[in-house]
Amino acid sequence: MAALHFHNVTLGYDRHPAVHHLSGEVAPGALVAVIGPNGAGKSTLLRGIVGILRPLDGSIHLGGLDSRDVAYLPQSAEIDRSFPISVFDFVGTGLWRGTGLFGGIGKAARGKILHAIAAVGLSGFENRPIGTLSGGQMQRVLFARVLLQDASLIVLDEPFNAIDSKTTADLLALVQHWHREGRSVLAALHDLEMVRSHFTETLVLARGPVAWGPTAEVLTPENLMVAMRMCAAFDDSATACAADNGRSQAA
Amino acid sequence: MLHDALIGPFTEFEFMRRALAAVIALSLAGAPIGVFLMLRRMSLVGDAMAHAILPGAAVGFLLSGLNLFAMTAGGLIAGFAVAILAGVVARSTGLKEDASLATFYLASLALGVTIVSIKGTNIDLLHVLFGNILAMDDQTLLVVAFNATVTLLVLAVIYRPLVIESVDPLFLRTVSRAGGPAHLAFLALVVINLVNGFQALGTLLAVGLMILPAGIARFWSRDLTAMICIAVIAAAVSGYAGLVLSFQTRVPSGPAIILVAAALYVVSVLFGRVGGIVRQLFPGRHLEA
Repeated sequence: MAALHFHNVTLGYDRHPAVHHLSGEVAPGALVAVIGPNGAGKSTLLRGIVGILRPLDGSIHLGGLDSRDVAYLPQSAEIDRSFPISVFDFVGTGLWRGTGLFGGIGKAARGKILHAIAAVGLSGFENRPIGTLSGGQMQRVLFARVLLQDASLIVLDEPFNAIDSKTTADLLALVQHWHREGRSVLAALHDLEMVRSHFTETLVLARGPVAWGPTAEVLTPENLMVAMRMCAAFDDSATACAADNGRSQAA
Repeated sequence: MLHDALIGPFTEFEFMRRALAAVIALSLAGAPIGVFLMLRRMSLVGDAMAHAILPGAAVGFLLSGLNLFAMTAGGLIAGFAVAILAGVVARSTGLKEDASLATFYLASLALGVTIVSIKGTNIDLLHVLFGNILAMDDQTLLVVAFNATVTLLVLAVIYRPLVIESVDPLFLRTVSRAGGPAHLAFLALVVINLVNGFQALGTLLAVGLMILPAGIARFWSRDLTAMICIAVIAAAVSGYAGLVLSFQTRVPSGPAIILVAAALYVVSVLFGRVGGIVRQLFPGRHLEA
């Protein structure tokens, strides 16, 4: 059974679609890159997968997974970095599935948290407030939390934006580690070289799906041109969409 | 001499002892709530909420005179109604919480003052607006202590989701449905503590013992637990010193308490360890790493 099944999904805001009529499957253990120009609906699609955004139409099935089996790394702008919480406590929230509202953080759990912090190369930062971290360090912290969530489906929204090459290499190694462990990983990305060399499968998105398949076949200049041309047409007076299925139409 | 000034009033007069007990109960429950209000950038929401309570309390007053039970019940009903409505509106429409409360703030204050002045005198109005902690009877004191206890218990229950929702609401939404209920429970706690403070400090200053100590704590620690402890201590110290000040100088007790807290706040802004002005002007030599 697929880890993720899209059935004619349309996602959007205020009835205006941002992802239009997407169908397809993500196999368990797949390593999928989602690429496309700004406004193509990458973030919207990921939000739909983790259940923050309800589809306007169609459905997304998490093949038997609980929504808690999904770890989500959003674009970090959504986090209140001024809140006084330490790296240790922040990473520790990744254990929510095990601890819930009241579960204690015992010795084993502390060990896990320290291990996750070490795995992203931040040993020694445990007691630092998250507000004192650099952008790259904060991204490492977020990866450590995903690590603790121990999820079978991992969704990363532009995880390497504004991150230097050393940090990117470290975090990319983690992604590949997850892939080897058999977890499914979906990542919205912009760096085509990275996609070509590290991701087995690629979805080119431009509101509707342009192409989806093995990276080498999908990442062609023609497909990228098509994606670039499909600009984000937001039309205030758009009429209701008549398409039953298939490719994106002009809204 | 010093003993007479600082401890004498409390050994000599029962109303001073009651007032001290009340102010300590208010500090224990209100200050932690204030810290969360501040960290969630809801300080002014608390203020608006304090005014939303007024019409309910005023209706209680209209029905049964200066009966604190009736006024408390009315205040709780009005406060909860507004809190839940504003919370639901903010969550379901994406309108910011402060915006949806701002309208209530003005309308409620006007409505409340109108209701009080229909029946009461100017003295009653003063009592409603500024409270009178020196007039606490045993029943009122018990109500205040009960509310404070409930607050601490509920806060313990919702503490973890409340913290996570403050830092990273999106994350909480992906792992749990506790965020919404925790947020509503928190708003309810805000109302309970405002009604509590209402007895002692009146509708205009009730929020003072919550927000000022939180502001003070922000200048002394970067750690949430420490901030909450500092806020509680700052509130209790302000309460005690304010009562002494009020006793010795005949300044009304509510304003005296808030003025002491404000003085502590000024000291914290100037000399605080975390971001205080003096500390910023003379930071000491920079470190090796």
